[in-house]
Amino acid sequence: MSPPGVGESDEGVRAPLRSNGVCDREGSTVRRHQAITVGVATAALLLSACGGTGQSTSDEVLVSAASSLTEAFAEMEIAFESANPEIDVVLNIGGSSALREQILAGAPADVFASANISNMGLVVDAGDVEGESAIFARNRLEIAVPVGNPGGVTGLADFARDELLIGLCAESVPCGDYGQRVLQNAGVVPAVDTEEPNVRALLTKIEVGELDAGIVYETDVASTDGEVTGVEIPDGDNVHADYSIAVLTEAPNVDGAAVFLAFVLSEEGRAILANHGFVLP
Amino acid sequence: MTKRTDSSERRKRRPPLVLVVLAALGLSVFVMPLLGLLARTPWRDLPTLLTSDVVVDALRVSLIASLGATAISAVLGVPLAWILARVEFRGRAIVRGLVVLPLVLPPVVGGAALLFALGRRGLIGEPLNQATGLVFPFSIWGVIIAATFVAMPFLVISVEGGLRNLDSRYEGAAATLGAGRWTVLRRVTLPMIGPSLAAGLALTWARALGEFGATITFAGNLQGRTQTLPLAVFVALESDRGAAVALSLIMVVISLTVLIALRQRWWGAL
Amino acid sequence: MVGGAVSHPHGLDARLVVSRGDTFTLDVSLSIPPGRTVALLGPNGAGKSTVVAAIAGLLPLDEGHITLDGRTLDDPGGNVLMPAEDRSIGVVFQDYVLFPHLTVVENVEFGLRSRKTPRREARQQAIEWLERIGLDDLADRKPGDLSGGQAQRVALARALITGPELLLLDEPLAALDATTRVDLRRTLGDHLNQFSGPRMVITHDPTEAFLLADEIHVIEDGAITQVGTPDDIRLRPRTSYIADLAGSNLVLGTATHGTVTTGTHQLHIADTHIAGPVLAAIHPRAIVIDRHQPDGSPRNTWEATVIRIEHYGDRVRLQTGDPLPLTAEITPDALNDLEIVEGSAVWISIKATEISVEKD
Repeated sequence: MSPPGVGESDEGVRAPLRSNGVCDREGSTVRRHQAITVGVATAALLLSACGGTGQSTSDEVLVSAASSLTEAFAEMEIAFESANPEIDVVLNIGGSSALREQILAGAPADVFASANISNMGLVVDAGDVEGESAIFARNRLEIAVPVGNPGGVTGLADFARDELLIGLCAESVPCGDYGQRVLQNAGVVPAVDTEEPNVRALLTKIEVGELDAGIVYETDVASTDGEVTGVEIPDGDNVHADYSIAVLTEAPNVDGAAVFLAFVLSEEGRAILANHGFVLP
Repeated sequence: MTKRTDSSERRKRRPPLVLVVLAALGLSVFVMPLLGLLARTPWRDLPTLLTSDVVVDALRVSLIASLGATAISAVLGVPLAWILARVEFRGRAIVRGLVVLPLVLPPVVGGAALLFALGRRGLIGEPLNQATGLVFPFSIWGVIIAATFVAMPFLVISVEGGLRNLDSRYEGAAATLGAGRWTVLRRVTLPMIGPSLAAGLALTWARALGEFGATITFAGNLQGRTQTLPLAVFVALESDRGAAVALSLIMVVISLTVLIALRQRWWGAL
Repeated sequence: MVGGAVSHPHGLDARLVVSRGDTFTLDVSLSIPPGRTVALLGPNGAGKSTVVAAIAGLLPLDEGHITLDGRTLDDPGGNVLMPAEDRSIGVVFQDYVLFPHLTVVENVEFGLRSRKTPRREARQQAIEWLERIGLDDLADRKPGDLSGGQAQRVALARALITGPELLLLDEPLAALDATTRVDLRRTLGDHLNQFSGPRMVITHDPTEAFLLADEIHVIEDGAITQVGTPDDIRLRPRTSYIADLAGSNLVLGTATHGTVTTGTHQLHIADTHIAGPVLAAIHPRAIVIDRHQPDGSPRNTWEATVIRIEHYGDRVRLQTGDPLPLTAEITPDALNDLEIVEGSAVWISIKATEISVEKD
């Protein structure tokens, strides 16, 4: 009889070798009587086999996408996976700048979808982009106010009213940068009460009525299904946000990434983006 | 003289190797990130960075908020700990669970919950706002409340532990000597749990200083008003890494200084 | 008082009924006139500390009453419960329970300060008390720096400074080592005698009870099993516990050159150096009983009459008469074999090494 530890290890690594690559319960079951150290070692093996993103699994594409793409890319994932059932898209949503920092720090990702070109530019400059980046969508800025517009906000000029609670995105994220530019265009010095770390956080605080107004993307207002009200920014003051997408040099799954990128740029992908209020290039 | 040293040296037994190795690994968990931070520190620009507006503002907000939260925790947390330790009532286990909940709850969730409760449109916040015009979010009060929420459990746990370990006969003795309950609390109970109280205050302050998630969710983020050191670090990480490192360094230095200084004076109880 | 003298019940009068869980009930009646010391003697777990807590006001009664000099301190029936701080009872707790964060003088003045005595006056009185107990030079020490005996005196001063109407001492000597205990027993007795109110000493040590108390109440499992003078208890124990615990023969005498003289009788002892007033203890089982003069030469041998025989299960206690009344313990078989009845003449012999002697 072989020592129990060896037998357990065999059982432990069996699961990831299966064709579907899914760690089922049977594979992760650890016999109770075995020594604790063996159990810990087995568990560690299982964890690394199941949870790691940098594994050689050829069927996963990790997409780091800007917060404002949350809904559009969620739908994109579903549509893509039904068209390409062998590929599993995993979304990593965050502020574009935060995602950029992750990528520059070497976090494994296959695709980067940024809400502006400057963040993409930094990644390109670092030599982390495979091939060329592409602008796949445009967005416009809009004022978001809570339903009922308790602050009576009618335009950018209201952002100077001290009695209102005004939120913007932090300047380090694209929506903050755009928001500042829009206000500059309108010649308004805003009485800001908070600079939220990403557009979703800003939108949430407007939704629950804690803020009277904020500047977000048009697509964000559309995505809330009427839980915030949009107040248009005149074309003269507005700016376009260019969304840029690229496959990353360090991508563990370059092929899968290319397939996903092509899907985003395809007619089907464009239709999804348009549905969520994006302007197409 | 030499002989005596020798024999006492010999009497010291070396700790088991396995323990030493594991302990060293354990220590490295704390030391490694610190080394990483030091390696990335822009030493040459440090003086400029440390005196920049962002850093000075964040330091000021952080000190006000952490000390405020510690003060509120002391005023409210000591009575809470006393009730938990000394009064038997139904549902005490539940109350104790509620008190330590912030320790396990993700701070962001805590911040959201605070927003729903004390926000301008919150359960309590709305009537309060209509009655008094007070708005907690996006103000220093919001920062203090968020920090109190996450940090007070440390004080309550520490003080309750101190009270439970305190031999109740001391309070009984004081009573037989004619001391009323208030006098007993002031002259016997509180002085005798001094070390636990001090340790609780130190931990509470440290936790309040490091608070991030609940603060950014409940109080927002605005330089000079609600942007604490951790918030400033978070924002700066995406735009100005040098400033982020400088801010982090400040936090490390302040926390270490205070905790080490307190440890020498107070920390018998931990 | 109008309408003739209403006789004030002086001293402590109490019936204490306290239930702890389902298993233990304390039900004890006590009455202590001023100027008398009552010892509550009993084993651990008998309920002694519950008695202290109830009288001091740290534990409410379930039934019964406590009155002190006519004041009702606790009366569940009449819905009266006076808080501890108003009872005016001086308590010396077991292990003394001095406040470790306060200095000696701050401990002593604590009671006065709690009763709003001005700071300077309280300090002055505390210093005077410390002078009285000879510890004024330790006024600024912390209790942790005191010896057991010093701590005991500080605890006593702390309890007495407020002029209590009852003095309660819970195991006042238990925290001390054996030699200090003997020294302090006497000084404690002196202190007790200076206190004019009722005094109560709680103890598990029969020697302490015999030497300090005018009257002993034996408590077992929450109830008083015997009340009497120290001699009553010692010579006529009513339960096997008391017989065991209190049945040891204690002889007061004067030691010189290896003998202890008590009355007209002389006992030979092993210690030839001890001199002066002593307390000799002889365990009942160390006394050998014979019908005839024993062979050999145990140095303590005399003839005496059995005046009383008492059976406790598998043991028998004999009480012998003059010249030195003692209690001896033998087995029922031995009693039969020796054909001893009350009135029998027996020979008593005790080895000198079986007599333990300590200074009184």
